[in-house]
Amino acid sequence: MPSTTGQTVIKLDNGYNIGFRSEEIQITILESKQEGSAEALSQESKQQESKQIEPSGGLPQDLPKVSIISTGGTIASKIDYRTGAVTSQFTAEDILNAIPELAEIAEYNAQVAYSILSENMKTEYWVELARKTHEEIKNGADGIMITHGTDTMGYTSAALSFMLETPVPVIMVGSQRSADRPSSDNVVNAVCAAITCTSDLGEVAVVMHSGTSDTTCHIHRGTKVRKMHTSRRDAFKSINVPPIGEVDYKTRRITLAENHVKRGERELGLHDKLESRCALIKFYPSASPDIIDFYVSKGYPGIVIEGTGLGHVSTEWLCSIEDAVKNDVTVVTTSQCLYGRVCDRVYDTGRDMLRIGVIEGEDMLPETALVKLMWTLAQTQDGDEIARVMRTNIAGEITGSTRDEWLL
Amino acid sequence: MTDYGAVGLKAGIEIHQQLNTKYKLFCKCPTLLRDTNESTYEFRRYLHPTRSEMGEIDQAALQESRYHRLFTYKAYDVTCLVENDEEPPREINPDAVDTALEIALLLNADIVDKMHTMRKIVIDGSNTAGFQRTALAATGGSVETCLGPVGISVLCLEEEAAQRVSEGGEGVVYSLDRLGIPLVEIGTEPDIKTPEHARETAQLLGMMLRSTGKVKRGIGTIRQDVNVSIAKGARIEVKGVQTLQLVEDVVCNEVERQLALLEIRDELRERSASVDGSIIDVTDVFKDTKSKVIGKALKKKDSAVLAARLKGYGGIPGRKIQPTRTFGGELSDRARLYGVGGLFHTDELPNYGITDDEVGRLREVVKAGDDDCIIIIADEKRRAEDAIKAALERAAVALEGVPEETRRANPDGSTSYLRPLPGAARMYPETDVPPVEITKERIDAIELPELVSERTERYKKGFGLSEEMAAQMARSPNYELFEEITQKYDMQPNISSSMLTSRITELSRENVPIENLTDDHIRSVSSLLAGGTIAKEGIPALLRVMAWEPDKTMNEFLESAGLTAPSSGDIDDIIERIVNEKKDFIMEKGERALGPLMGIAMEELRGKVDGQTVSSKLRERVNNILK
Repeated sequence: MPSTTGQTVIKLDNGYNIGFRSEEIQITILESKQEGSAEALSQESKQQESKQIEPSGGLPQDLPKVSIISTGGTIASKIDYRTGAVTSQFTAEDILNAIPELAEIAEYNAQVAYSILSENMKTEYWVELARKTHEEIKNGADGIMITHGTDTMGYTSAALSFMLETPVPVIMVGSQRSADRPSSDNVVNAVCAAITCTSDLGEVAVVMHSGTSDTTCHIHRGTKVRKMHTSRRDAFKSINVPPIGEVDYKTRRITLAENHVKRGERELGLHDKLESRCALIKFYPSASPDIIDFYVSKGYPGIVIEGTGLGHVSTEWLCSIEDAVKNDVTVVTTSQCLYGRVCDRVYDTGRDMLRIGVIEGEDMLPETALVKLMWTLAQTQDGDEIARVMRTNIAGEITGSTRDEWLL
Repeated sequence: MTDYGAVGLKAGIEIHQQLNTKYKLFCKCPTLLRDTNESTYEFRRYLHPTRSEMGEIDQAALQESRYHRLFTYKAYDVTCLVENDEEPPREINPDAVDTALEIALLLNADIVDKMHTMRKIVIDGSNTAGFQRTALAATGGSVETCLGPVGISVLCLEEEAAQRVSEGGEGVVYSLDRLGIPLVEIGTEPDIKTPEHARETAQLLGMMLRSTGKVKRGIGTIRQDVNVSIAKGARIEVKGVQTLQLVEDVVCNEVERQLALLEIRDELRERSASVDGSIIDVTDVFKDTKSKVIGKALKKKDSAVLAARLKGYGGIPGRKIQPTRTFGGELSDRARLYGVGGLFHTDELPNYGITDDEVGRLREVVKAGDDDCIIIIADEKRRAEDAIKAALERAAVALEGVPEETRRANPDGSTSYLRPLPGAARMYPETDVPPVEITKERIDAIELPELVSERTERYKKGFGLSEEMAAQMARSPNYELFEEITQKYDMQPNISSSMLTSRITELSRENVPIENLTDDHIRSVSSLLAGGTIAKEGIPALLRVMAWEPDKTMNEFLESAGLTAPSSGDIDDIIERIVNEKKDFIMEKGERALGPLMGIAMEELRGKVDGQTVSSKLRERVNNILK
C-alpha cells in the first residue's frame, strides 16, 4: 500500500487495511510476489470480464461511430492503487469493460486528451480540445463524447459551443460520484450520452442525471448549463431555459425539444482562438474597485462583472470602470442572481454604467459571458464589433425572451 | 445424536450490534427509525460491480449484478444526502469509535494503531453507495466459555445497512432511516465446537455488549451471522440469525445439511450421475396444461417452458437435507434469484396440476430414463434460461460435495441460498474518510464498565437478591437508580428492585404510559416509603397516577391514588368498627378469623398504612374479644 504519512498500512487476508505507527514496528518479508504476477492476475480477470460483457449473438452490425475524448474526469478512469496514479492508457476497450452496455449503442474509438482534474483546466486546453473534436468530426465520427470532470464542465461546454460549429452532437459527460463506487452515476450518464451522440442533435451539450434517481438524464445546451450543487447527481441545470432534451436510461428513448439544432443543420467549422486574459469579478457590498484597476494595469482587454440584482455595482466602482472602458477594456455585466436578465436602465447606477459604456450581458451565465468575451476578443479588435457580438446570440447563450417557468 | 467432534464441526459467529449514539456513523442524522409511511420522498438506483484496489472483482458482487435490479429507496425527514449517496461522508463518529474501543478492551483484543475505513462491496442494494463502510478496530482477544476460550478474530466498527421493506417484480424497496447507524461487528475464530456452544458464545458476547450501556436494545438491534463447516464439507456463512435459539438450530441444521449433501455426492458418483447442461424447450408438452403455475407463466410475452435432464439424479431432488427443505429446494433457490417463481422436478410430479401424461411426454422429449430427474421452469424465455442454467450449475456441484455459500437464516431454523461467499476482493479503501489514529491516551481514558454478570453477582451478595431478581436488575437500564434509592432511602433491596422491574412491567401491561415516569418520580416514591407516608402496597397506585399525570404535585398524586394517610386515631376507629361488625364471626372462628379480617381491613387501608401495623392492631383487638 502506498503510505502518505509515515504510517505503514497492511492489507489483511480478510481485505481490511490497518495502520501501524512505523517507528514501533519491524517488517520482515516472508515472501515476495513474483514480478508480473499481479499483471497476470489482472489480465486474467480482464479476460474473464470481457467474456462476460459480450451480448449474446455477437455485436450488432453497422452501429454509429462515436469518438470518445477523455480529459481526466472520473467517469471511466482507472486508478492504479499500487502507484496511486490514474492510468494514462485508456482505450475503447477499457471503457467498454467499465460500461459494457455502451457496446449496444455505438462503435467507439477513444483517446486521452488530458488526465487532469477539471479545476486544472486552462483556456489553451479548451482550444486543443476544440481542435481534436473538429478533427474527429472531419474524420467521420457520427458523434463525439467528451468525458470531463464536473467542476468546470460548464466552462468547457461553453468554450466548445463558441469555437465549434458542428453538424453532429458533441456531448460532454461526467460523473458526480466517482466510477470506483458501485453506485456511480457514470454508467447511466455515459449510456445516455452515447444515445445522445447517435441522436438527431447537432450541437454542443452536457448530458447528466435529471434527478437523483438513475432513471433519466437531461440534455443541456452547452452555453446555458451550470453546476448548481456540490455533490448531487442532478447538479447540472439549464439556467434561464428548459433542457433541450431528455434520455430515458432503461428504454433508451430520447426526446428532443422543438428548438434543438438538428444534425447536419450546420457546416463543420472551427474558430479556435481565445483571449485568455479576461477576468470574472464578483461584486459584493464594500468590495474595493481596486480589483478593476489591477486588471486594467495588467493589460487585460476584457472584464465580466458579476453584479448584484439586475447587474449593479456600487457607485464607488463607476470611476474605475469608466477608466477601464477609456483604456479600451471591454466590460460586460452579468448577475450573481444567475436566473433572469440583466437590465441597467432601471436604477441610477445601472444607467451610469450604460453611459460609461458597459455592455449588458442579457440572460447569459457569468461564466458563459466570460468565455464568450475571450472568444470575441480573439475574433475582432473593433470596439463596436465586440459590443455587437457580445449582444448577439451566437450559440444559444442569449434568449429572446425570459419565460415564467424557468426558475430552478 | 451427532458427534460434532467426529464430523469435524468448526463454527464461528459474527455479532452485529447497533450502538446507541446520538448521530449516525458518518453523518449528523439521528439514529432514529421511522415508519415507512412517514417517508417524505423516494428515489431509484442501479448498482454496478467495480474492481478492488488490487484489480479484482468480488464474485458475490458480480453474481448480484447479473440480476439487473432497480432499487427503490425511501427517504425521511431524518435522513440526508449522505444516506442518499449524494454527499461525501463526514468524519467517523468519535463516540462510536470510543464504544468500539471499550468493547475491544472488554474482549482483551489488540487495538489497531490507526483505523482505516474501508468500502466493503455489497450490491444487493442495502447500501446506497454499493458498499458498506467498515473499519477494523481490533483483532485477537477472546471470550471464556464452558468449552474453553473462543478467540475473537475481528472487531469492526461499521455502518448499518438500509432496511429491506419489500421485494417483487423489478426490484427491492429499502428504507433509509436505518442506514448509517453505527454497528459493532465481532467475529470469532472457528473455535466453536457444538451448536449449544455457539449459543453460549453468542449469549456471552451479547451480555458483554449490553454491559457497556451504550448499545441499542430491542428487536433487530442485534443480529448474528453463523459460519459453519465440517471436515469434508465447506464453509457456509449464514446471515441474519435473529435469536439465540436459532443460533443453535442453524448450526445443528447446517451440519445435517452438509452431511446429507456428502451422502448425496457419494450416491450420485456411485450411479455415475452427470449434468450435461443442455436445455430443451418443452413448451409444446404443456400447451394445453391444467397447471395454473405453468399456464400463468405462458401468458407472459416471449415465454417458454424449459427443461433439463439430470442424468442419474432420480429421487435426489426430493430428498430432505434440512428438516423442512429438500435438495430440490437448493436448485430452486438458485433459480429464484433470477426472478422466476421456482422450478418443478420430476421427483415431485405428477402434482400441481401437471398430469402423469405430461410427465410421460416430458420424459420422452428430453430422453430421460427412469433413473433420471428432469427440472422444468416456465417464464419469459430469457429469464427461464438464466434460471435453469443456475439450477443446473448447482446440480452439477452436487457431484463435488458442498459448495461454499452465503445463506440466509429462515425463521424455522432452516437456511436458503443467498449468494457466493465474498472474498477479500470486496474491500477497498474509503478515500473520503481520513484514517483515525488511536492514541494510547485515548485508550487510557476509556473506563471499563462492570459486566452484567459481575453486577448480578454483586447484587446477589451485596443486596441479597435472588439469582433471578439480581440478573433482571443487573440487565435493567435502571440499575444505577436501583443502587441509589436502595442506599439513600435505606430500602429493602427486593422492594426497590421489584418496584423498578416487575411493578413497572405490570403497569406497562395495563397500558399505563410508563414512559412518563422520571427518575425523580421514583425517588419521590422511595422517599415517601422511607418516611412511612405510604406503605409498599401503595407503590403501584402511586406510580400509576404519576404516569398518567406526571406534572401534578405530590399531594395531588397521593390524593388521586387514594393514599392520603389516615391519622393513627382513624386507623384505630376503622379497626374497631370492623371488629365490632364481625364479632360473631370472631367468636365462631377464634384466632383463625384474623386472616379474613385482615383482608377486609387492608381493603380500606392498603398503601396508607403498613400491613404489619394493621395486623398487630387487629390481633390486639381480636384477642381482647376472645379473652
